[in-house]
Amino acid sequence: MKRSYTCVICPNSCFLDVEIREGNVISVSGNQCGRGREWVIGEVTDPRRNFATSVKVRGGEMETVSVRLSSPIPRAMIFPVMAEIRKAEAKAPVHIGDVIISNVLSLGCDVIATRDVAAVGM
Amino acid sequence: MERDAVIIGGGPAGLAAAVALHGKGIRSIILLEREASLGGILRQCIHDGFGIDRFKESLTGPEYASRLIHEAEERGIEYRTSTTVLSISSERVVTAAGADGMLHIHAKAVILAVGCRERDRGAIAIPGERPAGVFTAGTAQAYINLYNRLPCHEAVILGSGDIGLIMARRLTLEGVKVHGVFEIQDHPNGLERNTIQCLDDYSIPLYLRHTITDIHGSGRVEGVTVSKVDDRLVPIKGTEREYRCDSVILSVGLVPDNALALPLGLDVDGRTRGVSVDENLMTSIPGIFSAGNCLHVHDLADDAALEAERLASSAARWINGDLLDSCAIPVIPGCGIASIVPMRISGKSDVFFTMRPSCALRNAVLRVTAGGRTVWKKRISRALPQNMLSAEVPKESLSSVSGPLEVTLS
Repeated sequence: MKRSYTCVICPNSCFLDVEIREGNVISVSGNQCGRGREWVIGEVTDPRRNFATSVKVRGGEMETVSVRLSSPIPRAMIFPVMAEIRKAEAKAPVHIGDVIISNVLSLGCDVIATRDVAAVGM
Repeated sequence: MERDAVIIGGGPAGLAAAVALHGKGIRSIILLEREASLGGILRQCIHDGFGIDRFKESLTGPEYASRLIHEAEERGIEYRTSTTVLSISSERVVTAAGADGMLHIHAKAVILAVGCRERDRGAIAIPGERPAGVFTAGTAQAYINLYNRLPCHEAVILGSGDIGLIMARRLTLEGVKVHGVFEIQDHPNGLERNTIQCLDDYSIPLYLRHTITDIHGSGRVEGVTVSKVDDRLVPIKGTEREYRCDSVILSVGLVPDNALALPLGLDVDGRTRGVSVDENLMTSIPGIFSAGNCLHVHDLADDAALEAERLASSAARWINGDLLDSCAIPVIPGCGIASIVPMRISGKSDVFFTMRPSCALRNAVLRVTAGGRTVWKKRISRALPQNMLSAEVPKESLSSVSGPLEVTLS
């Protein structure tokens, strides 16, 4: 099977033609550098993504704190992780980099805060 | 009060300008921000992908903002939040209103870093009813990411700008059904990585050469009619399709905010729709500078910040009494170039040009010409209208130029 990708590593945006057999990359063409080849192999065999959302905060100057993952996860795990994040709640004060959920769904990465949320007097 | 530099706007451009001016030895600086906290639009851009050039890693918007704020605070740079600038005079007196009342600041240099605004429904004239539920993408983003309010349950997105693509993903993660992104042009308007990671990953369809031709609903949006358009972007009769939704999200372009520039009488460029500047990023009034999205709309916060750092170099010289070279040579965007900054040069210094290609090209050549003679050129492997191009042209190539300079891409 042949599939085309547009490389997203740099603004050159190379059009990559990839030959795939049983989930494995047989050949890559159209890339101008090695990073493109590496990226497309990952994209075919194990696409990973980071994503951002927010977690409820109790007693904070904002109702939520923005979060992301400490490292990318398999693309298929985005919605299961999102469901875990929805159940979580943080307590102000929250600091940038704080771990909100550690080792989420045993994927080896944490959900971490991406901003400070100060506590307000209640 | 008096200051060497007044910086208006506490987003990436304003913060980067403040830090860089301080780094050049300018100590009498005040930065004014109308929101309650610094960071500008980065505060609501919680997705990652910021900072790959400036910080050499992929950060989220709030993380990027906090790095810049930290740099400014470490240097002890004075700033006021919840402070709105009302006017600037050509004698460089900035009038602002804040919690402590009115401020009048006389400055040697005034730096505009006020960002841009989203085009809204009025700018694109969609026919139909006027129900609630029509939001710009940035407004929907602020509702969700800053105020914890979900603005809709079922949406269509008009326009494929980056914020629209990012909101397609954000809404989907929050359980909103996104029926599709409809783009009137024949190419997506956002960065390629966003088309892949925000639409393809979530099986959200992108319909090119389509537009919304009617919005239905009396109190609240109940649905839209979408039509295909022809080569002249005119809707084709008989191609109408109906979508049920309670919201229309608009991502139909950004325009520099000229609310302070226009009453001041600054020259505005017809291409960028921001103010006209010379190679020092100085506007048509001496001592007033502009950088970031209020000068021209950037793709990346990094580019806005780096531009503000270039501004700081020339503004620091101006503050220290250097008159800066007069810039009498006009720069004309030629074939293949939709817009270009700066608009005037001296011919005596290296110039950093930033420009937007007018169409997609592969293996193109960027040429700087004067009187039909090519004075500088560079090969560009791929040009896209949605990716800004930049080029630093050395003064040696510009020293013999007297007439207008034309920049082309073909």
